[in-house]
Amino acid sequence: MSAIPAPIESWFQSKGWQVHPHQREMAERSDRPALLLIAPTGGGKTMAGFLPTLAELADGKHEGLHTLYISPLKALAADIRRNLQVPVDEIGLAVRIEDRTGDTPASRKKRQRADPPHILLTTPESLALLLSYEDAPRMFKGLQRVVVDEIHALAESKRGDQLMLALARLQSFCPGLRRVGLSATVEDPQGIADFLAPHPDPCDILMADPGPDPDIRMLETDEAPPWSGGGAAYAIPAVLEQVKQHKTTLIFHNTRAQAEIFFHNLWLANEDSLPIGIHHGSLDRAQREKVEQAMVRGDLRAVVCTGTLDLGIDWGDVDLIIQVGAPKNVKRLVQRIGRANHRYNAPSKALLVPANRYEVVECVAALDAVKEHDLDGDPRGPGPLDVLCQHILIAACSGPFDPDTLFHEFRRAGPYRVLTRAQFDDCFTFCATGGYALQAYDRWQRLQERPDGQWQLRDPRSAALIRQNIGTIQDTDTLKVKMRGRGGAPLGEIEEGFAASLTKGDTFLIGGKIVRYEALRELVVEVSRDKGRKPTIATFMGTKFSTSTRLSHRILRLLQQNDWPDLPPHTADWLALQRDMSRLPRPSDIQIESFPHDGMEHTCIYGFAGRNAQQTLGLLLTKRMEEEGLAPLGFVATDHATLIWGLEKLRDPAPLFDLHALEQGLDTWLASNAVMKRSFKTSATIAGLIQRSYQGQRKSGRQATFSSDILYDTLLKYDPDHLLMRITKDEAMRGLIDFARLRDMIARSAGRIEHLHLDRITPLAAPLLLEIGKVPIMGEGREKLLTQETERLMADSGLANL
Amino acid sequence: MNAYSLTLSGVKLEALASGALYWPEQRLLCVSDLHLGKSERIARLGGAFLPPYDTRETLTRLEKDLLATAANSVLCLGDSFDDSASSRGISEPEFMWISRMQAGRRWVWIEGNHDPGPLAVGGTHLAELPLPPLQFRHIARHGASGEISGHFHPKARVKMPGQAVSRPCFLVDSDRIIMPAYGSYTGGLQSSHAELTQLMRLEALAILTGPTMHAIPMPRD
Repeated sequence: MSAIPAPIESWFQSKGWQVHPHQREMAERSDRPALLLIAPTGGGKTMAGFLPTLAELADGKHEGLHTLYISPLKALAADIRRNLQVPVDEIGLAVRIEDRTGDTPASRKKRQRADPPHILLTTPESLALLLSYEDAPRMFKGLQRVVVDEIHALAESKRGDQLMLALARLQSFCPGLRRVGLSATVEDPQGIADFLAPHPDPCDILMADPGPDPDIRMLETDEAPPWSGGGAAYAIPAVLEQVKQHKTTLIFHNTRAQAEIFFHNLWLANEDSLPIGIHHGSLDRAQREKVEQAMVRGDLRAVVCTGTLDLGIDWGDVDLIIQVGAPKNVKRLVQRIGRANHRYNAPSKALLVPANRYEVVECVAALDAVKEHDLDGDPRGPGPLDVLCQHILIAACSGPFDPDTLFHEFRRAGPYRVLTRAQFDDCFTFCATGGYALQAYDRWQRLQERPDGQWQLRDPRSAALIRQNIGTIQDTDTLKVKMRGRGGAPLGEIEEGFAASLTKGDTFLIGGKIVRYEALRELVVEVSRDKGRKPTIATFMGTKFSTSTRLSHRILRLLQQNDWPDLPPHTADWLALQRDMSRLPRPSDIQIESFPHDGMEHTCIYGFAGRNAQQTLGLLLTKRMEEEGLAPLGFVATDHATLIWGLEKLRDPAPLFDLHALEQGLDTWLASNAVMKRSFKTSATIAGLIQRSYQGQRKSGRQATFSSDILYDTLLKYDPDHLLMRITKDEAMRGLIDFARLRDMIARSAGRIEHLHLDRITPLAAPLLLEIGKVPIMGEGREKLLTQETERLMADSGLANL
Repeated sequence: MNAYSLTLSGVKLEALASGALYWPEQRLLCVSDLHLGKSERIARLGGAFLPPYDTRETLTRLEKDLLATAANSVLCLGDSFDDSASSRGISEPEFMWISRMQAGRRWVWIEGNHDPGPLAVGGTHLAELPLPPLQFRHIARHGASGEISGHFHPKARVKMPGQAVSRPCFLVDSDRIIMPAYGSYTGGLQSSHAELTQLMRLEALAILTGPTMHAIPMPRD
């Protein structure tokens, strides 16, 4: 394939730009069936992806859709459309570029199907929806190229699995289709290439110059980080000083709640009234857009944000990244740092701000890892079957199909290249009849066979339901929050469970404001302004990442040093204090501390297994403790430890830790825990068993809708081997349960347990008390407390004597 | 037996943890909103294919309550079937099961909004049933007294620091009892909903079903 046509080449020259070597190579190799480009932020990745398209469209002869661009974010699709329009106009190419997302007006969407543009920019979900229409083959006829942007991010979730199934479908329509993936720096390029490749065809990997190493340090502060907590309030003056010294600073947080607290504190200290905004996924869209626009205009000096700003939108001239809280994962940290300084070949500047003393240790370990280019990551598992079920239904929506053909098509998608026929048949049966051991729905099959051997939907009405349910993004039940009064401003959303725990007068933080809970009206939380009171912290949905295995091991090694010259004195002293008062955890055993605190018995287990596995450990241990009459009330897990509290003291932990017993008990234990139910809800929604809950339906159908937990319990009792139960278990074991890391933990310690009895809380355990995300145990202890609470309510109301 | 004793219009009644209400003097077991055949109905109408075990599960619990109480009368307080077609659509074994439970017992189906008109199963079909001093009907009426009804699937929430426990419940005051839904695939309506706060007196109690039964002042916000 030829390189870059003269008009495009001269446009680069007119701008005084060089075509980067990797951009040129992408153009030269554009005839390959699949290409993966790994390049740092600011390396002109997107241009590298589109150069071949512009080259091929330069003669103006192509009719219909030529290139499909997929991005994980709606905003990114719109952003790229604007950025691409500039060279197209300036070079004078007759190329039509449009985006299509959930926000595109219906009239334009309809026209796009009849008369598609040359370049269509969209998201995996919008593409899946397009493929569910009968006219999909016509719309995509002539499609030459697919560009998948930020493929490293898509590959981390089921959205990536969905996209690869969609691309397999497109490949069936257009056998000559070529695909390109654009990725940030990753630890395993081959893994992403296997994910993208149209099997059995290969995917070539192209590595751009990674650029200079980042300038990354820990932020020096006058005040030491606190012993506990996640707010990093101590660092506010130093952070503000940094904001003043730089043009634009992105201040990243690991959770939305932390971003809220930090933003609130930042404004309390912002005496110069520097323009600083907040941006996270639970804020109202209009509010987020306002911040985005202000950033592009260069009106903001800093934005407090979460992972929603991780992806490659060009937010203007960012020259400093501040990461508040331990980075958890070195790869994500490196990708985040790349957000500063979009100039190629200039080092990005970043500062780490540990939120508490434990995080100082984690930050130092992460800095070492960045210096050593020691990226971490877990290999991708095989494609999940709930997504496959959804795609069988999508295929059925688009028209009659042959299951054999569909099976072979799915096997061309990277994540499903090892799909067995038996797995496919299970999914197919589930879609057709529900796949229950009890054959109840033969009369009402969802899919039925036609005389010609093809399969179709029995009831065409179900297509609409299936389309409504397309997508794999988790849909936690949330409630909108708005200011009280007619036309009160929408602020964002909070989790339904958190809203349920609020009573009139309670205050919480949202969008940096303290608000007072007034009432719940029509599924909207109404609030008023409340200045000056100490707010509780709202829980938001959003992923909490586990500290990676590699980073956890680095931390454990660091704890073994005799002294810590790399650590600031306040943290080194703290570790020394822990060593004096109790002991520092070692790789060679599992350390457990038991102590009374706040009128309850506490047990802290230092597993260093990552948040998810520590959470699993909490669930497992509390179940065993419940059986032994220790009346556990709840627990909280962090990346390095699990803290359990209850009414009775734990005397001998050894029997609780027998891996064999843990594993044997896993099945019965797994069955009835909240994590499994959450996992079930997600998979059941993706697979089309339950509909996403829409606000409207929740409003009108209040008695008709019931909790997915009921379905889970029913299947567990009557049909425990049902496909969805197997999917749920697989998912939970891999993701939320993360049992593999518990196995690692027991292996590294050879099962040795060091149990310390102390008379008060230890320095290392203290931070755990302030963690959010405490898991209540619904056992005897809880029933006891519920009895106390209900008796109190009766006594207070005077009804008890009636 | 896990039960909560209460009195309505001088009649001693037992609210059971399962969500049934027992009248010992009459040996009468009352259940409301069974919604039998719900999963079948949803599939029939082109919806999702829910696990088809709901009818079986509900009947299992009903049978258990019948054995535990030795009731000789059964009163189903409406919405016993998810729609009128469901009473014909339930499977043969489930149909036989209901007949078996009916044998030797007086059995009354009160009409509900989901299942108006006669059903394709044995037993007496009535719009309402007065058993003075009590009155059984599907939907509560303002101004009634000694009334036992269902329909709303009430549930109530106890707030504790940092969390809330929400459970199906009986709503009870000196005029009436509103029963929780007995069917397995049923959701609920919070006691704070206006329809319930308007029906119930200020001093009403919510009696939570569950592992242990708890009575609380009916939550209104």
